[in-house]
Amino acid sequence: MKIGYYPGCSLSSTGREYNESLQVIAPLLGVTLQEIEDWNCCGASSAHATNRQLSLALAARNLALAETQAIPEVLAPCAACYNRLASARHALAKDTRAFEKTREVLERPEFSNSVRVKTSVEWLRDLAPVIQKKAEETASRSATSPSVKGLKVACYYGCLLVRPPEVTQWPTQWDDPEDPSSMETVVRATGAEPVRWNRRLDCCGAGFSLSRLDSVARLGREILQEAKKAGAQALVVACPLCHVNLDFRQQAIARKAGGEFDLPVFYITELVGLALGASQAQLGLNRHYVRTDSVLERSP
Amino acid sequence: MTSTGFEPKIAAFVCNWCTYTGADLAGTSRIQMATNVRIIRLPCTGRIDPLFIIKAFERGADGVIVSGCHPADCHYTAGNYHARRRFTLFNDFIEFLGIDSRRITFSWVSASEGQKWADIVNDTTARVRELGPFSGYRDLVRSGLTGGQDAGT
Amino acid sequence: MSRIGVFVCHCGENIARTVDCAAVAKRLAELPGVAHSVDYKYMCSDPGQALIKQAIAEKGLTGVVVAACSPHMHEKTFRRAVSGAGMNPHFCEMANIREHCSWIHEDRVKATDKATQLASFIVEKVKRNRPLQPIHIPIERRALVIGGGIAGIQASLDIADGNREVVLVEKEPSIGGHMSQLSETFPTLDCSQCILTPRMVETYQHERIRLHTYSEVESVEGYIGNFTVRIRKKSRSIDEEKCNGCGACIQACPNRKSPNEFDTGLGKRTSVYVPFPQAVPNIPVIDRASCLFFRGRAKGAKKDVCKKCEAACGKGAIAFDREDRIIEEKVGAIIIATGYQLYSIGKEQANSAFKGYGEYGYGTIPDVIDGLQFERLASASGPTAGKILRPSDGKEPKRIIFLQCIGSRDPAKGIQFCSKICCMYVAKHTMLYKHKVHGGQATVFFMDIRAAGKGYDEFSRRAIEEDGARYIRGRVSKLERDGEAIKVYGYDTLNGAPVVMDADMVVLATAMVPQTGISTLAQKLSVSYDRYGFINEAHPKLRPVETNTAGIFVAGACQAPRDIPDSVSMASAAAAKVLGLFSNEKLEREPSVAVVNRELCTGCFHCQRVCPYGAIDRFEVKDRKDTLLKTVAEVNKGICQGCGTCQATCPSKSVELEGFTDEQVFAEINALEWTGQGNSGEGGRR
Repeated sequence: MKIGYYPGCSLSSTGREYNESLQVIAPLLGVTLQEIEDWNCCGASSAHATNRQLSLALAARNLALAETQAIPEVLAPCAACYNRLASARHALAKDTRAFEKTREVLERPEFSNSVRVKTSVEWLRDLAPVIQKKAEETASRSATSPSVKGLKVACYYGCLLVRPPEVTQWPTQWDDPEDPSSMETVVRATGAEPVRWNRRLDCCGAGFSLSRLDSVARLGREILQEAKKAGAQALVVACPLCHVNLDFRQQAIARKAGGEFDLPVFYITELVGLALGASQAQLGLNRHYVRTDSVLERSP
Repeated sequence: MTSTGFEPKIAAFVCNWCTYTGADLAGTSRIQMATNVRIIRLPCTGRIDPLFIIKAFERGADGVIVSGCHPADCHYTAGNYHARRRFTLFNDFIEFLGIDSRRITFSWVSASEGQKWADIVNDTTARVRELGPFSGYRDLVRSGLTGGQDAGT
Repeated sequence: MSRIGVFVCHCGENIARTVDCAAVAKRLAELPGVAHSVDYKYMCSDPGQALIKQAIAEKGLTGVVVAACSPHMHEKTFRRAVSGAGMNPHFCEMANIREHCSWIHEDRVKATDKATQLASFIVEKVKRNRPLQPIHIPIERRALVIGGGIAGIQASLDIADGNREVVLVEKEPSIGGHMSQLSETFPTLDCSQCILTPRMVETYQHERIRLHTYSEVESVEGYIGNFTVRIRKKSRSIDEEKCNGCGACIQACPNRKSPNEFDTGLGKRTSVYVPFPQAVPNIPVIDRASCLFFRGRAKGAKKDVCKKCEAACGKGAIAFDREDRIIEEKVGAIIIATGYQLYSIGKEQANSAFKGYGEYGYGTIPDVIDGLQFERLASASGPTAGKILRPSDGKEPKRIIFLQCIGSRDPAKGIQFCSKICCMYVAKHTMLYKHKVHGGQATVFFMDIRAAGKGYDEFSRRAIEEDGARYIRGRVSKLERDGEAIKVYGYDTLNGAPVVMDADMVVLATAMVPQTGISTLAQKLSVSYDRYGFINEAHPKLRPVETNTAGIFVAGACQAPRDIPDSVSMASAAAAKVLGLFSNEKLEREPSVAVVNRELCTGCFHCQRVCPYGAIDRFEVKDRKDTLLKTVAEVNKGICQGCGTCQATCPSKSVELEGFTDEQVFAEINALEWTGQGNSGEGGRR
């Protein structure tokens, strides 16, 4: 099986372990990642906050490249990149004038806006039966490697994975924007246990990590506190910025807004990797700020 | 408007209970639409003979709309089903008869769908305007049916 | 030789603003066959109609075309006018140059051209009209009322008191509808059942009302004055003749755990049950899905299980083997009064166009309830004997938060309309709550307050001023479980700040939507309905209780959300229409029916196969010696509804629909060529 791959800027910098873990699990699941040649930055928050045409063109160029490289479907693990690509796809499909202008700007008159974009959550959810089978095989093979079986995990979707519904749930609805369950399906397939908790779709402060740390602290504390209250031993995310805010900033949150958490934050791909028998080092878990080994040894 | 300023003439055969009333509603709601459509009222789409459509093209129509009640909602229970079946067969003949099938619109418009009627009027008008005038039948009739004539578009 | 009179109406400014009426009249005067062509300000007025009558007399007109509004508006008016001048009304038709022209266009030149052409179609048609005589049909002076809620009850009583028989069909085991579930009604805080039950009893005892409860309409055939209705009387598994309502069976039933539908699932009932103590009729029903005997039988048990009710019954009224029956009733008019149900915030939706509220937990958070559930809690005969208690743990909530507009006015959930009654009943709920829980605090999140009835605004102010309800203008974005409480995330738009509150109970004012299965019923009756399922009225302003199907009327919340006084008014209005219909000696039907030409008919009977009403019979043509010459089709004038499907199907064109003959329709089509600007066109013009 093949799928197009758009890593985006963060996966080679702050989200390195997201990329590393993804590269490890893809072959284990029988999937080849075909990285888009010459991909460019999607524009994330800076482009769409400044100039609409720029934000459309930056994202659309990647879709156009995928088209010429005969890639029908692209996996964009970073939630912000995914949202930018999906927004551009939607906007160009609905606004014919913007579509014409964008083709002009990109100098790609043959671009037909036919490429589908997927989040890592949807991709993994569709592979859940494979993950479950392989996880069970791995568990029966070795009882000593770090295991996630029975680990109580809070699935944190953040804002950009399933919203806005007109953009992310188009052309087909892959999950419920008010009550999503894809991440929980993946977590269950790995053998871990998703907990029921209240902050799954709440904002973590996103880009304000740099400009308004007090907001991030306030929002992050709500999330971490609620996860702990629900009995979670760890959080699972699918976005590098969520990871930064909840892992890198966890100490700052505790200091600024109060509270004691000690909650490791896994990327969904890391959790799957652990279930499939990969080592912590292979998956980049040593790069986390909140140590993960204690919680992994704790679980049965 | 095309560069030639051609404005199509479109005949609409509609059923009294649903589409005619829906068109009334569009009127009461003052929904503006293209001026090209001439409605001919019939009790039910089941009354529509395919010959009406042919005659309309012969007498100057460049496009035709046939519109009735949604399936299951026919005022006479089943008239629209008969119309639907009749026109499924008729559709196969249209191109053979020399009429571009894009000149004919079949639709279901209920009594509460004023906006939908306006959309159908506007869409059909724009589409037929693009296709240009349909003079094939008129020419045929006027020429006294001499053979060897091109049936036109 | 045709002498058609054309009258172009200005309709004040409605037509004249866009269409040059004088020009239209002038152009139409050029049409061959037009003997008189004028324009006038208001054709439907008395002087306008006088113009027509005068012209008929002075110019010997053979037909009249009024180019004005839609024939749906005034065809009857003008036909009556020409009748008064001695002309057969079917020689008068209207060209729609208002709804179909002046109101939808701005370009004066184009609109005038179009109006001229539309009128020319009708002129050509009328030249070929024939004098038709009305068809008289008998009337069955009995009415069918579908739905036994307050609207159905009121309509039934009004018709029965008007000395006509009524057949009342109700699908639940008891009449009363949702009004019987309410505790108190606004704005008087009358006890709902106290004002309703006398009406229910009166309905049951009325000698002219035939009550069929636990029954549904199976099929409807026929037409106004002559409907044949088949009703499915579902089996109660009880012999209604023998049962005396003593309740011994209910006492004996071992199953006490089935959710009680009347108590909206908050209470429990037995398998053999009466929905509520004041049920009318007071005859129990056995719920076969939960009854141990029936379940045993379904599983193939060799011995009969339980049957304790049968043993306890002193009258031998338990009848396990009784099955559904179909009965037939003949009626002349039908009133649809099926009422409403409440929209649910769950994932599963009755109407595929609706979405649930994931942000409120899709109905999985306990102690988040809807308005009818609150009514059952507040009701003295309810599952908690009138105490407001949390369904989860039975504790008394000290803080209740009410959310208005749940589903209603929310395009994201698929419902655009306002449900009209919620602002009022939420105010009522806050008052009931305060009266019962003195230390409690009620908070209401609202968008607007719609309290437009008599005494309504005063009532809603009482909730705030006398009973201390706190009203916050803003919506709630999320409800979450927080331990035992519910966390409510809202916004106060007047203060401009988010609001987070804790509640012990949340009551949602959910949208009022039509009953499930309403579209199936509407299709059986051939009435139209909108995208929500609300039955369509014939005209929203002037014909609110009629449908477009002659003889079928509508009353109550099945047509649109409304409160009790409006439902009662509408029911009485529908009853008046029915009594008015029945007061005619005979019914005059439009003569637009099909007629077979026996000379041409070959007897293929394709028409019989396609006629939706079975109006085509076989007729034997015989000679004087009684030898059969041929069998041809014949249309039953009483049954034919005038759809014309037969004519379009007939291969030999031997059947014609009066009023829409091929000659008439082709004349309209031929008129497409005439532009009214010196172009005389072709074709046989008379």
